[in-house]
Amino acid sequence: MAEIPTSNPEIDEAAPSMLSLVLRKMWHLRMGVLGGLLIFCLIFIALFCPYLSPHDPFKQDITKRLWKPAFMEGGKAEYPLGTDHLGRDLLTRILYGTRISLVVGLAAVILMLTVGVTLGLVAGYFGGKADAVISFLVNCMMGFPFILLAMSLVAVLGASLQNIIIALGLTGWPVFTRVTRIETMKLRDREFVLAAKSLAFSTRRILARHILPNLLPAILVLATVEVARAIIRESLLSFLGLGIQPPTPSWGVMLAEGRDYMLLQWWLAAFPGMAIFMSALGINLLGDALRDLVDPYLRKT
Amino acid sequence: MRTFIIKQLIQAVGVCLVISMISFFLLFLNTDPALLLLPPEAEVQDIAKFKKQMGLDRPVPVQYLDFLRKVVLHGDFGNSFVAKVSAAKLVRERLPATLELALAALILVNLVALPVGIVSAIRRYSLMDNVATFTALLGQAMPLYWFGIMLIIIFGVWLRWLPISGSDTLAHLVLPAITLASWILPINMRMVRSGMLDVLNQDYIRTARAKGLVERKVLIKHAFKNAAIPVITITGMQLGALLGGAVVTETVFAWPGLGRLAVDSIRMGDYPVVQAIVVVFALFVVIGNLAADILAALIDPRIRLE
Repeated sequence: MAEIPTSNPEIDEAAPSMLSLVLRKMWHLRMGVLGGLLIFCLIFIALFCPYLSPHDPFKQDITKRLWKPAFMEGGKAEYPLGTDHLGRDLLTRILYGTRISLVVGLAAVILMLTVGVTLGLVAGYFGGKADAVISFLVNCMMGFPFILLAMSLVAVLGASLQNIIIALGLTGWPVFTRVTRIETMKLRDREFVLAAKSLAFSTRRILARHILPNLLPAILVLATVEVARAIIRESLLSFLGLGIQPPTPSWGVMLAEGRDYMLLQWWLAAFPGMAIFMSALGINLLGDALRDLVDPYLRKT
Repeated sequence: MRTFIIKQLIQAVGVCLVISMISFFLLFLNTDPALLLLPPEAEVQDIAKFKKQMGLDRPVPVQYLDFLRKVVLHGDFGNSFVAKVSAAKLVRERLPATLELALAALILVNLVALPVGIVSAIRRYSLMDNVATFTALLGQAMPLYWFGIMLIIIFGVWLRWLPISGSDTLAHLVLPAITLASWILPINMRMVRSGMLDVLNQDYIRTARAKGLVERKVLIKHAFKNAAIPVITITGMQLGALLGGAVVTETVFAWPGLGRLAVDSIRMGDYPVVQAIVVVFALFVVIGNLAADILAALIDPRIRLE
């Protein structure tokens, strides 16, 4: 029964030591900077990959197929990460893959934002029937495993870059609606909104000028994280053969091709996946740091 | 309680209806089903005759109602275009494998997420909490199919400890279950932690401590019971993600379940099978959510009065 008071969690919780708080803050800041750096690299590579990459991403050469990476015995320095089953340079293809991932990630999230935030504003501000209908729609989308819907959409519309963006956008918006709706509800009865109403401002103006700006931080944080999810989902669709089609260098496509050779040429699957992982990690780290910055309430947890 | 359940039920039925509608109309988005079914060299009058025969010349909403009637009354989704047997039968054959995988992953997730999440909340900012938070961060950035492939390479190819595909023995289940679990574990862990933190900040916990109750009793008697509610809700909410993850996991590990059937059917344009799988998945998600809501309302009277 003799409990040592210092191990009492109540005390730990009431006053987490100053040191541990400071350390955590610094850690968060560091991680945010690391995330920012990763994203900077990503954008830099996407913009300048023709100058950075040692080879042509599409040039096949059967005589050079399945070469080992340079760091392994028998690898050639010319091909730092080795070559794939068609003799194309793996590093070059990974670098070019950045473009597809970023474009799809950003465009899909913009589409999600447009649909999701609009519906969320309407549901949260007007309430009543509009809210009931939109909330019901969100519930339906949540009950639909995203991947089945996205795959079916791509299959029906045809596998093009544009259709993949549409499929991801049309399946991803409910998250934005949920957040926007709840935040709008909290704001709609606040004094500054009532004041704007009493000045007979149009609803559109109140939504756009008074409510939306207050939501931006929360939406921005969510959007950042959703870019990472969209990148992973694009690679997933491509991996399953219902996304970007070969020979376009997409990380998902490369992973699907690498999977056929995983018994002996493990690097063909390992490195493209690493690229997805690093990108998503960078974006998530930045998102976490942003959340810390913009939302003092969330810092507590 | 009864009105609460009835309200939830109506909502659930509505969700199922809308999902069945979406999955049905997908077929008509930009293709003519008759052209899918007939050989490309079919004559115009043959196509017309075929349409009449199959009822494809009727207005689309009428076709939908007919589809719905067959599904609800007989569980009949029509015949698979490819396998030429009933789509419902195909789904029935594949369902147990998916359930086995999903259940194994769910057990695994809760075995890890519950203790780690609870300890992280109780000892907030401790070394363990920090490690868990960081691992969750890494996990969320990891594409699960890549994780699965890496597991195969390491434990199947290099170490040769476990089989890499198929579903014959229990050993076959290990890697797929871990892969699928890794997909939802980070979010579950975070949610258990924040749910537990919420409870620990409540007044009744302070009261329990103030009256001098031993910390262990505060946690077991007051905190855990209330923290169970968010855990139940999360598990219900994650069912969709779990089934979605199963689609991918099954493809990586050649697991003979519904997910692989779904990918194959979508690729081949085998719509009756796709529709059947979508409806079955939706049913599981909706029923799971319903059960979670009702269970949560049973434990916490405040929810049903909302």
